[in-house]
Amino acid sequence: MSALAGAQGARAITPDPRFVSAWSTMARVFEHRALQYRRTFRASIFGSFGIPVLFLTAMGLGLGGYVDKSADPVLHGLTYLQFLAPGLLASTVMQTGSFEATFPILGGLQWNKIFHAMFATPIRPADIVYGNVAWIAFRLSLVGAFFGLAIVLFGASMSALVIFAVPCAVLTGLAFATPIMAFTATQRTPDRFATLFRFGVTPLFLFSGTFFPIESLPSFLQPVAWLSPLWHGVDLCRQLMLGTIVDTPLLALIHALVLVTLTVVGIAVALRTVEARLVKG
Amino acid sequence: MSETNVAPADASSQPMPPREPARGEARGEALIRARGLTKRFGEFTAVDGVDFDVQPGEAFGFLGPNGAGKTSTMRMIGCTSPISDGELTVLGMNPRRDGTRIRARLGVVPQADTLDNELTVRENLVIYGRYFGLPRDEAARRADELLEFVQLTDRGKDLVEPLSGGMKRRLTIARSLINEPDLMLLDEPTTGLDPQARHLLWDRLYRLKQRGVTLVLTTHYMDEAEQLCDRLVVMDKAKIVAEGSPQQLIERYSTKEVAEFRFAPGIQETLDGQFDGLAERIERLPDRVLLYADDGEEVVTTARSRGLHPETVLVRRSTLEDVFLRLTGRSLIE
Repeated sequence: MSALAGAQGARAITPDPRFVSAWSTMARVFEHRALQYRRTFRASIFGSFGIPVLFLTAMGLGLGGYVDKSADPVLHGLTYLQFLAPGLLASTVMQTGSFEATFPILGGLQWNKIFHAMFATPIRPADIVYGNVAWIAFRLSLVGAFFGLAIVLFGASMSALVIFAVPCAVLTGLAFATPIMAFTATQRTPDRFATLFRFGVTPLFLFSGTFFPIESLPSFLQPVAWLSPLWHGVDLCRQLMLGTIVDTPLLALIHALVLVTLTVVGIAVALRTVEARLVKG
Repeated sequence: MSETNVAPADASSQPMPPREPARGEARGEALIRARGLTKRFGEFTAVDGVDFDVQPGEAFGFLGPNGAGKTSTMRMIGCTSPISDGELTVLGMNPRRDGTRIRARLGVVPQADTLDNELTVRENLVIYGRYFGLPRDEAARRADELLEFVQLTDRGKDLVEPLSGGMKRRLTIARSLINEPDLMLLDEPTTGLDPQARHLLWDRLYRLKQRGVTLVLTTHYMDEAEQLCDRLVVMDKAKIVAEGSPQQLIERYSTKEVAEFRFAPGIQETLDGQFDGLAERIERLPDRVLLYADDGEEVVTTARSRGLHPETVLVRRSTLEDVFLRLTGRSLIE
């Protein structure tokens, strides 16, 4: 009867919140997401491996078969599969990150309101932001790792640095996820998500050097690619996977800085918008 | 968990052991103290300078219609909405500074369900215990006891979604108890439930009250307030308009009995002046006439002798609804 009795002994087990660290409250939010994920884990893992296999087969091998016949010098002697793989890795992780920052976050704030339920406990709004960012990072790591594995199995990686391409792809995903999370916290319906994906995520997916080098774009459009966070992620992953990073370390550093900046700014804004939303009720 | 506190096999049917007093109770301090408490949203004032105290072990109610400021008040007490003005002390602490520590000792039942539909009934309880920092095994043990208490043990493994509204409310109440709260905040706990589900819920809340758990609830149901509240404040348009026990309020603002007359359509409008002097107070509502007197039957007899022939006559005791009508000129549920 202890839970109802409020017995002294049981009370002593409840840690005094003063001694519960910020780390542990954040971890509870992560734990909640993990508990939810257990139910869809199998399907999700299958998708995480199946999708890259489908994409690499259809586009890398199928479409690549035609591209490679023309032997365009813009590919610098790479097979299309070798060119495409790092771009697809970064782009897929980016899309997963964007999705994870929209519907699941809006759900917790608006639909089943579980973030409000958390806010009625010692969990703080910042814990909810950090816990979800940590969860998204974990999810993206899974997606990225499976994609990386598929790339290696397809023989599309030219360098052992592919190991570092996965965390860079995760960083690319977070650079999208955290600003989008900040935006999501200002929304009450998913109406604008369609706009976000239609005019933001999808065009970037198509024109950030994933499927063709940005050198193939009209020259006036090429500088625009620099504005695309995805291009920074794609190029970073490509440099790592092709091993060319040793030739242009400064460019790689700029790529990483752009992505880290976006991630950090996204978190900073999300801390404000999520708290404002939870306080508003 | 001490060895002396072993759960009975059927927790719901056993008398509960007395509860340990909350911190501060021994010193006779109020668990909640509000002075000039105010909440503004831009130009709109949702709560306008209210004063109240909630004592340890009492069931305290905020009664009022929708939009009276009840939920805003509850959210300030629950430390999820900062106060705009005035003073508020909860469990001896300041919500501005100690929100996290206060929330650790509250049990909150929000107006709308905030259960996780993707998890099972039992998982909802265990993870909620984890938010309070309970070890996993302790959270699981409490979850099982609480499922027993709200009579949901056989639904523990089911997902939340197919549960009825009443079951979801019971689960939300169980969830709010997982941290053994010193103070429970219930925002319209039975709104939208059918009568049977409401009575079951009231029974559980009554048991908690018997055990000395301090309950603070909002409601716009007068029967709920009468059933559960030792003391209540009536709120209207962001202000407290009266305070007391249900009985005190009825004695102060109403008469012992009420005679309700209903006339055939169109008749009531023709009866101007005919009720004069029949009762201490007369309220003419669109669909009926309420005559307030200590002896309702006498009013009926006198009215008949005056040639008044209502279609239906009901003599009943005064309720908080009558108090509210008297204080605000309006019904609780519009």
